[in-house]
Amino acid sequence: MTTKIDSRKSWVTESFKNMASPLVAIFFALGLGAVVILFMGLDPLKAYENLLKGSLGNTNAIGETLVKTTPLIFTGLSFALAKRCGLINLGAEGQLYMGGFLATVVGIYLKGLPLFIHLPLAILAGFIGGGLWGILAAWLKVKFGASELITTIMLNYVAIHWVSYLVTGPMKEPPGNFPQTPAVELSAQLPRILPGTRLHLGLLVALLTIVLFYVFLWKTTVGYETRVVGLNSEAARYAGINPERNAFLSMFIAGGFAGMAGMNEILGIQHRLFQAFSPGYGFDGIAVALLGQNTPIGILLSGILFGILRSGANMMQMAAKVPIAVIYIIQALVIMFVVGSSIFNFVQKRKGLAAAAKGEGVSC
Amino acid sequence: MLDVITNFLAADLRTATPILLAALGLVYGERSGIVNIGAEGMMLTGALAGVAGSYFLGNAWFGALAGMFCGALISLIFAYLTITVKADQVVVGAAINILGLGLTTSFARVMFGVNTAPPQIDSFTPVAIPVLAKIPVIGPVLFQQNALVYIALLLVPVAHFILFKTDIGLKVRAVGEHPKACDTVGIDVYKVRYASVLVSGLLSGLAGAYVSLGLLSFFTENMVAGRGFIALAAVIFGKWSPLGALGAALLFGAGDALQFRLQASGTDIPFQFLLMVPYILTILALAGFVGKSQGPAASGVPYSKE
Repeated sequence: MTTKIDSRKSWVTESFKNMASPLVAIFFALGLGAVVILFMGLDPLKAYENLLKGSLGNTNAIGETLVKTTPLIFTGLSFALAKRCGLINLGAEGQLYMGGFLATVVGIYLKGLPLFIHLPLAILAGFIGGGLWGILAAWLKVKFGASELITTIMLNYVAIHWVSYLVTGPMKEPPGNFPQTPAVELSAQLPRILPGTRLHLGLLVALLTIVLFYVFLWKTTVGYETRVVGLNSEAARYAGINPERNAFLSMFIAGGFAGMAGMNEILGIQHRLFQAFSPGYGFDGIAVALLGQNTPIGILLSGILFGILRSGANMMQMAAKVPIAVIYIIQALVIMFVVGSSIFNFVQKRKGLAAAAKGEGVSC
Repeated sequence: MLDVITNFLAADLRTATPILLAALGLVYGERSGIVNIGAEGMMLTGALAGVAGSYFLGNAWFGALAGMFCGALISLIFAYLTITVKADQVVVGAAINILGLGLTTSFARVMFGVNTAPPQIDSFTPVAIPVLAKIPVIGPVLFQQNALVYIALLLVPVAHFILFKTDIGLKVRAVGEHPKACDTVGIDVYKVRYASVLVSGLLSGLAGAYVSLGLLSFFTENMVAGRGFIALAAVIFGKWSPLGALGAALLFGAGDALQFRLQASGTDIPFQFLLMVPYILTILALAGFVGKSQGPAASGVPYSKE
């Protein structure tokens, strides 16, 4: 009763049908956020005004917003894909670091290649780096029954310390005054696409990835099977689908998507690997996917919303003295209001479906 | 040599205590069918509330109470969304963690300002228990700790007794195994789950206050640093029992204590690998020791009366 069951529903209707509750959630989250700001003795109107000015006020601000949106789309897709297969991927942050790491390796150590070969290779490396880290969690689950809920979280810490080791040790840039690697070759950097801003080709890669996410889940047999496993793994097994194989595949792709976020940050913005290069994009992906209801369009839109929050936060802190961390409060409230609003759906459904209360099976 | 061992064991117990406190609460939540990955956020809230309580009221005990109170408040939000609204427990838990990080970072800035030295506050310092503290090895390890360590250790048998020897404990366990059956015999599933989550919140808050007032005596951004997640792992590793949680917490604490010691001893092992130890230990524990062992049957599944 509490989950959406009809898998034949097209993604378009799925995306737009439930737009109302996220919008209400955003509205209430901003409202309650304002109360929190007021409670801190600061001015919420001034805060929000500067949040908007800082994120959408001019071309440069919009460019920055899209720069922040890009990794959020990747990590949002990561959480959503795993969720569609019935898995909880809390490891996007670690997968992001591993993707950034492998993309850096290809970006630095492969030299003399033309851009149209080097760049795709580096992007692919980012995907594989994250994907392998994702597969590790799937393997621990399938082979040893270790819940991916915990292992993915633990693997985050391992990946972050691993990158910290690399940039202070073996991959450190000579002469070694800073804990960072040398810059990746120019031929492995994502070119800028909007003059005067930092907006780079990564955004287009992210949009393409959204399309791939859609095609995979709704247009391929394997994707269809993945969704069936996600809805009811026992029924899937009965129908001859192998849930274990699907777990490997979806954790590989989910990890790969998160790895793309890391690749995107390194090849598009930072151009070198250093410690703590992600400000928590991996965890934000959970909120993005949830607000976007695990649909392609939804993830794009909620990615932009969280991009706005992130890029406007600096201006908000500078001009209105409201700590950047307030946007975390707003994000958390958005999630809570989204899941909270399901109580209304629940009441509505009960009215219509009271008779079919037992019909929880998969209808595909 | 004996000194080294004594120091190591004492440090182990010190670092294990916040994990143990949070894990004891989580055992109750899990046993009643609630998976709470939000313990990290609850601990963080407890950590700031602890410092704030001690700072404004001038006493570490008030800090501990404030930590418990705020942990409980946050846990009620979690309980409402997961039990009443029946939202996905993992998603709500993740939101609680983000909320905890946002609230504590923002309010710490407002309360204590930026770039200023941490204020002097009352914190928990080791209290030697007369006579007992003089016993070699065991004395310094067990009887020369701060008060919250003693409380945590005392809570282990208490939690065990309540869970396995009383009517309340039976209800908690039954609700986690078969909520529907409980409902038919007149046990209020929602009430039991609310109470269990509340216990998690109280103890997570106390665990957080221990981090900010027992291990250090100030608050820093994100200072709980994954202990909430490790506590959750300790519950699973400890097979959902208070005694098991104690064992698991000591194991994870040992990893942490070992890491500090090796780092200080100036080995050639890069310190990042030592920092990985507790997390890898957790993964190995989940994969090897616990294996396919099952948690409560209704764990993670919202219950709705039909």
